[in-house]
Amino acid sequence: MANVSIEGKSEPSQIIVTSQNGSFDTDQRALVILVITERRYERWRVRRCVSKNVSHLNVPEENLALSGPLKTETSELPAEPILTIESARRWIGLDLHEVWAHRDLFYFLVLRDIKIRYKQTALGVAWAVLQPVLTMVVFTAIFGRLAGVPSDGKPYPIFVFAGLLPWNFFNQAVTNSSNSLVGNAALITKVYFPRLVIPSAAVGAGLIDFAIGSVLLFMMAFYYGVAFSVWILMMVPLALLTTLFAISVGMWMSALNVKYRDVRYALPFLLQIWMYVTPIIYPVTFIPARWRWLIVLNPLSGVIQGFRCAIFAQPFDWNAIAVSAGVTFLVLICAAFVFRRMEREFADII
Amino acid sequence: MRPIIKVENLGKRYQIGQREAYHTFRDSIMRAAKAPWHGLKSRLNGAEPQADRNHVWALSEVTFEVMPGEVLGVIGRNGAGKSTLLKVLSRITEPTTGRIELYGRVGSLLEVGTGFHPELTGRENIFLSGAIMGMRRIEIAQKFDQIVAFAEIEQFVDTPVKRYSSGMYVRLAFAVAAHLDPEILLVDEVLAVGDAAFQKKCLGKMGDVAREGRTVLFVSHNTASIEALCSACLMFKNGRLIARGTTLEILSRYAADDADLGSADRSLLEHSGRRNNCIPTMTRVELRSGGATPTGVVRMGASLEIRVSYVAGSPLRPVLGAIVKTTYGAPVFCTSDRFCEKLVLCNPLVRGTVVCTIEKIPLMPGLYAIDLYLGDANGDFDVIDGAATFEVLAADVTGSGRLPPASLGPVYCQANWRLLED
Repeated sequence: MANVSIEGKSEPSQIIVTSQNGSFDTDQRALVILVITERRYERWRVRRCVSKNVSHLNVPEENLALSGPLKTETSELPAEPILTIESARRWIGLDLHEVWAHRDLFYFLVLRDIKIRYKQTALGVAWAVLQPVLTMVVFTAIFGRLAGVPSDGKPYPIFVFAGLLPWNFFNQAVTNSSNSLVGNAALITKVYFPRLVIPSAAVGAGLIDFAIGSVLLFMMAFYYGVAFSVWILMMVPLALLTTLFAISVGMWMSALNVKYRDVRYALPFLLQIWMYVTPIIYPVTFIPARWRWLIVLNPLSGVIQGFRCAIFAQPFDWNAIAVSAGVTFLVLICAAFVFRRMEREFADII
Repeated sequence: MRPIIKVENLGKRYQIGQREAYHTFRDSIMRAAKAPWHGLKSRLNGAEPQADRNHVWALSEVTFEVMPGEVLGVIGRNGAGKSTLLKVLSRITEPTTGRIELYGRVGSLLEVGTGFHPELTGRENIFLSGAIMGMRRIEIAQKFDQIVAFAEIEQFVDTPVKRYSSGMYVRLAFAVAAHLDPEILLVDEVLAVGDAAFQKKCLGKMGDVAREGRTVLFVSHNTASIEALCSACLMFKNGRLIARGTTLEILSRYAADDADLGSADRSLLEHSGRRNNCIPTMTRVELRSGGATPTGVVRMGASLEIRVSYVAGSPLRPVLGAIVKTTYGAPVFCTSDRFCEKLVLCNPLVRGTVVCTIEKIPLMPGLYAIDLYLGDANGDFDVIDGAATFEVLAADVTGSGRLPPASLGPVYCQANWRLLED
């Protein structure tokens, strides 16, 4: 900071600003801050240099009369550009630090989605509970009782609920985030922020329902007399894995949806089939050993199996979980790069 | 001084024309399959690989620099590329060619109310909108009271925004945006919202921002506010930057460019507005405004010159009268030599041009028509209604960048104001 002092008034409305350690460099802007009263101040820019180290600053008369102590500060332009905008960047990095810089925005978008979901509804948060419970009841009646699907010797309701919980979260998360970019088209065409924030926030909003459902799961386990063990804590990393997978698929689908609107119609149908391919209603052992590897490739089967093992305190199938994690990271990286590539055109084609 | 914004050879191309709104997978696959074939065919034909009718260059070869602290106006017709320029500078859309270097943080005000959700309360919307525009949560919390005070919605801060009146909504939206603290501010025609009191506040705030030494790029059609705020201007036309200069130079050039010569330089030989039973004498009317070229556009307070040429049967000492009317036909004023009697002592001429100069045209912005009456000392014998039309452009004649509402009368009157103590 250059040392600048105020010498006093040369004419009724001028103050002389002198730089003490040299000249006012062409790159420096000296801002003179006049403290007019305690609460109000104005900043005036030194515009004309009379000589190298003296400058006159024109200030309205009435402000000078009221002025108290005068302070100064200087600021310089950085040597390198803060931002360079160019076309045809060859290497499109993930720019995660930019996404992190916008974490406040992420927080407010999640808050917005949560608040508007339940505003002006009669049952409010109860919807988060009713939906999985009703599905569970119907599945127990049809598949558990009537069709007689086995459930590894455990009570069918909890068996199916432990599967439904991550599935419902995934389903809702992917559906919401695939429409999120198109739904927020107004934002995308008017403001800049890393677009990755939007589908991620759509997934984040579903976590609340996930948490409420988990509480319900514990209550049910308690009711059925299932013994708790420390392995219940495995549900947390499994939930995290599900979230990551949901974000990757959501990212991919939302980017595709901007360009190809087929996605909005194809997705519910795909998700329905996905649900039957995932061992929610039936145990993995239901599938003949020859095809079991296909089922395990689906990251959600590893997660759901893990949830069940956590609740029932059974030994985990670490292979399945490892495969889940591997596939998730693969999909995450691919999705992120596809998203970043397509991001450039969003504002133009949305 | 080093520039804070450097734009080199910037270009932005958009696809237009025969193209369905959204792609389907099937089309993309078909196009990909046909692509090598198409490329070969067009190369054989020697045609350009991509037909020009499918693309339009919204910006091309734009190069300029902005110094820190400059308040730059950006002027151009609709479609000249001004909003596209701001979008590219805000990183909303990517440039097709060229390079931009920014040496300061950018905040952009392209629309009022970005991010507002009708179900959320004013308080929640302030935080949401602020976060969307790039402010941190702490920053918004610190400025919260200032924002609410600027918007004057203290009592309504906790009601959902969908219950606000449109004025409150717009005030709140602008209040949030006005408290952004970037080094470079890009503003796109957002000051045209709200009532008169609010516009005054907006202009005042923009003035503060400019005085604080921030760099501002200001796009507007309101020439009065540009004149009040900006020291220099950029002029765009069809995507190209065609001029840069002081506000006055650029605004005059913009007005001249805009001129509809057809109505400013007309032959009156066969004019549909000529009344019955007239002796056709007037041959041509030309309007000028402080220059030698005919123009149909006059800035407020500038001079208007009406030149009427005539050819008479015998030497004539002409008496010309001009009535200026609004587009609705209501007369605003009449200026006629019959009452001034300035040409009484001139030599009679068979062919001549009467020049009537109004020094400072006292009209509000709008469209006007002129009725011409030509005659001699005994009376008028050639009358043409609507002989010429001209447009008055807004200018900063008041010094504050604002003008009275046009609905309160077509005449602008300069006045001096004093306060006396009793």
